[in-house]
Amino acid sequence: MTEQTELTRLTAVATAERIAAGEVSATEVTQAHLDRIAATDDRVHAFLRIDGAGALAAAAAVDGARADKERLGPLAGVPLALKDVVVTKGLETTCGSKILSGWVPPYDATITRRMRAAGIVILGKTNMDEFAMGSSTENSAFGPTRNPWDLSRVPGGSSGGSSAAVAGYQAPLAIGTDTGGSIRQPAAVTGLVGAKPTYGGVSRYGLIAFSSSLDQAGPIARTVLDAALLHQVIAGHDPADSTSIDAPVPDVVAATKAGAAGDLGGRTVGVVRELGGEGYQPGVSAAFADAVSRLESAGAKVVEVSCPHFRYALPAYYLIAPSECSSNLARFDAVRYGLRVGDDGVNGLEEVMSLTRDAGFGPEVKRRIILGTYALSSGYYEAYYGQAQKVRTLIVRDFTAAFEVCDVLVSPTTPTVAFGIGERAADPMAMYAADLCTLPASLAGLPTLSVPCGLSEGLPVGFQVMAPALADDRIYQIAAAVEASYGHPLIDEAPPL
Amino acid sequence: MPITRDEVAHLARLARIAVTDDELDVFSGQLDVILAAVARVAEVAADDIPPTTHAVPLTNVLRPDVITPSLPRDEVLAAAPAAEGGRFRVPRILEDEA
Repeated sequence: MTEQTELTRLTAVATAERIAAGEVSATEVTQAHLDRIAATDDRVHAFLRIDGAGALAAAAAVDGARADKERLGPLAGVPLALKDVVVTKGLETTCGSKILSGWVPPYDATITRRMRAAGIVILGKTNMDEFAMGSSTENSAFGPTRNPWDLSRVPGGSSGGSSAAVAGYQAPLAIGTDTGGSIRQPAAVTGLVGAKPTYGGVSRYGLIAFSSSLDQAGPIARTVLDAALLHQVIAGHDPADSTSIDAPVPDVVAATKAGAAGDLGGRTVGVVRELGGEGYQPGVSAAFADAVSRLESAGAKVVEVSCPHFRYALPAYYLIAPSECSSNLARFDAVRYGLRVGDDGVNGLEEVMSLTRDAGFGPEVKRRIILGTYALSSGYYEAYYGQAQKVRTLIVRDFTAAFEVCDVLVSPTTPTVAFGIGERAADPMAMYAADLCTLPASLAGLPTLSVPCGLSEGLPVGFQVMAPALADDRIYQIAAAVEASYGHPLIDEAPPL
Repeated sequence: MPITRDEVAHLARLARIAVTDDELDVFSGQLDVILAAVARVAEVAADDIPPTTHAVPLTNVLRPDVITPSLPRDEVLAAAPAAEGGRFRVPRILEDEA
């Protein structure tokens, strides 16, 4: 293995330690990852654009700070792949959509700013389902991303560019966003750790909005500790986001270390009966059951719980998210940013708007805007959107009852391993089913994470952990115990690209 | 109740999306399937259940009434499809007088 290849195999923690110790420069680390991207991304297509100059400048700044004996943060100099839903000042941001093609944001998202301040090196922007609507990254206007484990399969979605970049050793860290499972599901099918913090735990300022009551950014990494360190950088109160929680960030790094050391502190783990059984691939169910028994061996008490309303999460989500998106995406009106089509001096504003939105949005985005418009329209509002909001209450109540008897809930992250590219593209309901297990915690705003729990048919299986609001530390503690039981990160078993 | 092609055309007009005839055919079929699936929410949502709009309870969030800098005008206009005289330039918004 060459020195350069070796640098791309390191965890984020090891990378930062070697930079801090002066064994390698941040510039060398960044260059190694840019080289890896250049050598592999024609096959993977994880990135929509690479910012080589910006990344090398950020790395040089970290090297300069080290030379000046400044104190470096725990992730200083570590490269990161940033989902293209997060705005970056001076760097084109498209959200996977033609309607924003060429848009250069005049500001940084809060999380972009926080990562830059921590010395994290942003390599570029990753591919995604258009406006984060999808479960496979096939809805990107710029072509699909491929799963590094098997290039004929999807890397999950909507954060599939981010998951593929980390699984393909193009970056040790990535940012994803999760509305109904878009961090956890891609992490699960690429053998990675992906966490969705408590809703409000991470600022949404500068995230291009899809469904505002659900959207949440979070880390994707190859190990639980790497994810925890990134979580700590991006989390915390932000006055620029009025739904941001003004409370201390749970110590997810300490919780990870405790879990990895086998300290489960007498935790009770609840297996959700409704998230398993029929419709789940046998290999997925077996890998999940094996991980549960590993937690039991590590000292956790395991109980089965019933959450009867979880089966209504999918219908509720596919009313709430399209409703909110139909309102949020009204801002793409061909006036303030992005595409404008048909402005010939004859067409009026509304015609230009309609032509632009037809040319700029892909089929899934149009489908959801139309569905949301329907669900919110007079005469249907109560039957659809109103009922969905009530189902949300029932799901919250199921969680509340379950957390009276256990500390965390667990399930498979997805019913199946990664599916083939094109397999579900023509059938929206089959595609939506990929989010079956991740939707309940989204609707309840809870902290949740996916950690690898073995392979089925040679492909990764994800283990989902869900905890009460603000108890983000618990998901990391349990995930670290699962990870430790295998002795090494599952991603080590991925075939070389 | 199935959703008709005309209804989809009306909704697309409301949403300002100039869909093609082909798109109308595809969407009306797909939306029909999706609506049938999501209508299941009505099975359990009884009258006495309050809606949840937001998962984590929050009261109104106010900021101090002080002036803070906005984004630089020229940088914002530079990202717009058309600008003129320090403003966004929009297509014609009024119909011609008869």
